[in-house]
Amino acid sequence: MDFGDTQEEAQFRAEARAWIAAEAPTYLIDSLTKSGFGGVKTGDFDPMVEAKLWQRKKADAGWACIQWPVEFGGRGASPMQSVIWNQEEGVYGKLSGSFIIGQGMCAPTLMAYASEANKARYLPKLASAEEVWCQLFSEPQSGSDLAGLRTRAERDGNDWVINGQKIWTSGAHHSDFGIVITRTDPEVPKHRGLTMFFLDMKSKGVVIKPIKQANGESGFNEVYFDDVRIPDSQRLGEVGGGWQVSLTTLMNERLAIGGGIATGFPEIKELVDGLALASGRAIENPAVRSKLADWYAKSAGLKNTSARAMTALSKGEMPGPENSIGKLVAGGMMQDIAKFALDLQGLGGVIVDPELAAHSARLQAMLLRSPAVRIEGGTDQILRNIIAERVLGLPEELRADKGMPFSKIPSGN
Amino acid sequence: MNFDFSQDDKMLRDQVARFLSDQCSSKTVRGVLEGNAAYATEVWDGLVSMGLTGTAIPENYGGVGAGYLSLCLVAEQLGAFLAPTPFSSSVYLATEALMLFGSDAQKDHWLPKLAAGETIGTLAVVETVAQTTAEDMALRFSAGQLTGKKLIVADGGISDFAIVLARNPAGDLGLYLCDLQAGGVVKTAVDTVDPSRNSTSLEFNGCPAELLGTEADGWAQLETVYDRAAVLFAFEQLGGAQSALNMAVDYAKQRFAFGRPIGSFQGLKHMMADMYVALKLAESNCYYAAWALSTNSPDLPLAAATARVSATQAFQLCARDNIQVHGGMGFTWEFDCHLYYRRSNYLTLQLGGLTEWEDKLVSSLASGDAAA
Repeated sequence: MDFGDTQEEAQFRAEARAWIAAEAPTYLIDSLTKSGFGGVKTGDFDPMVEAKLWQRKKADAGWACIQWPVEFGGRGASPMQSVIWNQEEGVYGKLSGSFIIGQGMCAPTLMAYASEANKARYLPKLASAEEVWCQLFSEPQSGSDLAGLRTRAERDGNDWVINGQKIWTSGAHHSDFGIVITRTDPEVPKHRGLTMFFLDMKSKGVVIKPIKQANGESGFNEVYFDDVRIPDSQRLGEVGGGWQVSLTTLMNERLAIGGGIATGFPEIKELVDGLALASGRAIENPAVRSKLADWYAKSAGLKNTSARAMTALSKGEMPGPENSIGKLVAGGMMQDIAKFALDLQGLGGVIVDPELAAHSARLQAMLLRSPAVRIEGGTDQILRNIIAERVLGLPEELRADKGMPFSKIPSGN
Repeated sequence: MNFDFSQDDKMLRDQVARFLSDQCSSKTVRGVLEGNAAYATEVWDGLVSMGLTGTAIPENYGGVGAGYLSLCLVAEQLGAFLAPTPFSSSVYLATEALMLFGSDAQKDHWLPKLAAGETIGTLAVVETVAQTTAEDMALRFSAGQLTGKKLIVADGGISDFAIVLARNPAGDLGLYLCDLQAGGVVKTAVDTVDPSRNSTSLEFNGCPAELLGTEADGWAQLETVYDRAAVLFAFEQLGGAQSALNMAVDYAKQRFAFGRPIGSFQGLKHMMADMYVALKLAESNCYYAAWALSTNSPDLPLAAATARVSATQAFQLCARDNIQVHGGMGFTWEFDCHLYYRRSNYLTLQLGGLTEWEDKLVSSLASGDAAA
């Protein structure tokens, strides 16, 4: 075992560090450091403008999407170099939050299924964030049961005509393109009647409406399709092969390791270090100590699990579904931490005004944002199913709709 | 970065697993549990003949000198097979204390015997039914002799010598090495939640003993030994947790109810997914602690406490819910579920329980780097 860099890794790290030191938007560091649990904060500056500036700068110097091939705007870097880059980019990496879905999930799908001409046309601009992409998967009637989606695509000559509604589309309002999964055949079992496309989000018939979330922010949207025309050349994969294509997209969610998932531990540690309770110093309270130990052990466990996954990556192995534990552990933990942190502050704990609340009200923001972490990108329950079935090999859930044509599946309304 | 065990370490682990799979079935564990023997002598002899008691002992003292990463994986397998031997007392505690604090003469005398497995040692600390504190230590060392009683000593009935925490006439605590075969020690078996491991009270009536290490440093020395042993105990817990989870998963695939395998019900699936999550977190923390132990990292106290806390949680959860997955059969003497349940709770209380290790973890955090 060895936690140090190899000579090549150290050289790469030094190169990345020097470039970041010279080029990063240091004027944003304070607001970025306080960001999290909601939208990225850039103080007096527009977050999307700043994000695009930084991404463009990285792309021009060959530091954007560094694992991608050079011809698509990347650097052809190794997984380990990518991890090192993320470590060095540190707090500035938060700026790229709005591009993660496009670069982390849409791009691998394009690389696997788009034509060579389309890859050359779209990937470099995706890397530089000149064009932003979103992913149109979830629907009001199909969240965990994604394959039950109802948005229709019907063939009309060389075009497809799309009608329906998507929901929970992150960043649709500032996206230029999106990948959309549709139902092209309702008369076959649900997984077999799906087809994937990509489209221009400014196409006629696309209407985007922001969702006001439970925490008051709006990071997600509803997207309506009313006779939206897409040429067949924008199809990704076979007609009826959309489910396989979507698996490529979703599998890449799990590869987004190394950046370090937020757990709330540094925030609770910082709070209790300086806090006095009625009984004395918070850090000396046995209940506080017990919870702090449990949460530290969990967050260290995630960090160390991620380090093992990086080792596997660097040996050319693929990280498996065992990495599903990250969000499952972090989501619940964040919610527990926020609840406990408020509890330690008396009635004042309810205050969300950053001027009045402890630590700029980050823990209150965490309380209000954390329920979503346990739902988005796979609910806690779906993640437990994945672990049980794909890691432990337990038998599949009985499915009432198995083998049934989609049009015959009971929908409850 | 390379956060993985070497091929050599893994080969050793597999070799130990094969041996234990052949020689340490649950029947062997039950032999000790049901009182037929104080420990599984043939398993012990096998471990000794593989050189495992000397894994971390340097070659010049008759050991293998393979180091602590190897020893961690040996511990994991001993935990996985619930090995009813005094390995933890003799290797993680007595041998460690001697290597850390023994004089040249003491090391020359004891380490080759420990490596060769011809001598078994243990550590005697606990005097009361309470969390152990330095203030509560009453056993006396005076004029070269120990007088007083240790309430419960792991493998005390099997050991040839004990390293005993005792107070000198000046009131300071020290570690004292006492030959238990020299006479004057009354050994009384103590019944515990896990009779598959020997537990014995030791009453010293003026038994000759010699100082190990520095006279007034006994408590600090004990904590140093505990930090190192905690990593090895955590690996035993990890192995036990994995076995309990495997047992639950295997049963849930085979047992049918309501016309389907019970493992297809989410109520049980999600329980086992949570067992897996606890195990995986513990495993990664144990790996990091193994690195800290093998390199004498300044991070060891925090890494050890972290591994110990999460491995304790994992084994307790997996052992508890393995019974739940088995339903009524899990509560029979015949099924092995209770062997894991017993061992998980026994191992939790070695070196102080979960609460004490949580407290140590936070103390280490407060004094060191808190970035997780």
